[in-house]
Amino acid sequence: MIARVLLAAIIAGMIAGAVAGAVQIWRLSPLIQAAEVYEQQPDAKEGHATQSHDHGAVESAAQQGQHDHSHSSEVWAPEDGLERTAYTLLSTLIMGIAFALVLSAAVMFSGRNITVQNGVLWGLAGFVIFTLAPTAGLAPELPGMPAADLISRQTWWWGTVAATAGGIALIVLQGRLSLKVLGAGLIALPHLIGAPHPSTHESLVPANLAAEFAANSVAAMALFWIVLGVALGWTMTRTRNGVGA
Amino acid sequence: MLTQDSSLSITSLSAQERAITGIIAALLGMFMLYGVAFAHSDILHNAAHDTRHAITAPCH
Repeated sequence: MIARVLLAAIIAGMIAGAVAGAVQIWRLSPLIQAAEVYEQQPDAKEGHATQSHDHGAVESAAQQGQHDHSHSSEVWAPEDGLERTAYTLLSTLIMGIAFALVLSAAVMFSGRNITVQNGVLWGLAGFVIFTLAPTAGLAPELPGMPAADLISRQTWWWGTVAATAGGIALIVLQGRLSLKVLGAGLIALPHLIGAPHPSTHESLVPANLAAEFAANSVAAMALFWIVLGVALGWTMTRTRNGVGA
Repeated sequence: MLTQDSSLSITSLSAQERAITGIIAALLGMFMLYGVAFAHSDILHNAAHDTRHAITAPCH
C-alpha cells in the first residue's frame, strides 16, 4: 500500500514538475537572468551583496580578468546555458515530486479521497498554502532585490505554511463552527505578526521586471498545483483500481 | 489490499495504515523540498537557484 501511494505521488509529481519546468524555462528564467545584471553592480546594497550568489561572483571575477585562479575558493555553479537549464529542470522535477508526496500525505491524513474531479480543489489548497499565503508577506524575489535575514524569512515562510495548512484543515475537515473560526484566525495569524522585511526595499532591479516576475511566478505555481492535484487524483485512482496489485 | 476493483479507496483504509503512509510520504516530501528549496549548502543553492526563485521560496 505504501509503495503504491508513493509511486502514484512520484508519477504525478513528475508530470506536474515537467509542466512547471517548461513554464519556468519559458517565462521565469529569462527574468531571473535579466535581474542578475543588477545583482552584479559593485554598489549593490550592503549585506545583500555579501550573500549574492555565485553566478555573479564567477562572472565579475572573469570580467575583471583576475589571474590568481580563485576558482579553488569559488563554489561550483552550473554554467549558464544548457547546463543551468538542465539543473533547473532537474530541480523542478524534484520539487514536483516533493510537493506530490506532501499532498498525498495530506490526502492520507484527511481520510478523504482524491480523484480527477476533486483534484483541482486539492491542488488549489496546496497553492494557497505554499504560494499564495507566503507570497502575501514575502513577495517573490528576484536576484538583486534586498531582503531581510534568510533564516528569519525561511522561518516565517514555514510558519505561514503550517498555520495556513492547519487553518484550512480546521475549516474543511470538521463541522464545528468554533473550530472553523479558529482555523480562519490561524490563517490570519502570520500576517498579523508580519513577515520580516529589510530596512529598505530600494533596488537596482527595475520595478516592471519585479512585477512581471511576481505575476508570472505566482501564475506558474497556480498552474503547477492544479496540474498536480488532477494528476495525483488520476494516479491515485489508478492505484485504487488495482493497477499496481 | 489486493482487491482488483475500485472498492479499495482511501476512505476504506484503516486509520493506522493512513497514518503510516502519510508520515512516510510527508517525511520524504519535506526532505526533498528542504534540499531543493531551503538547504543552505552553496552547491545545492546554485544547482537549484532558478527553481528556488520560481517557486517563490526565500533565496539568498
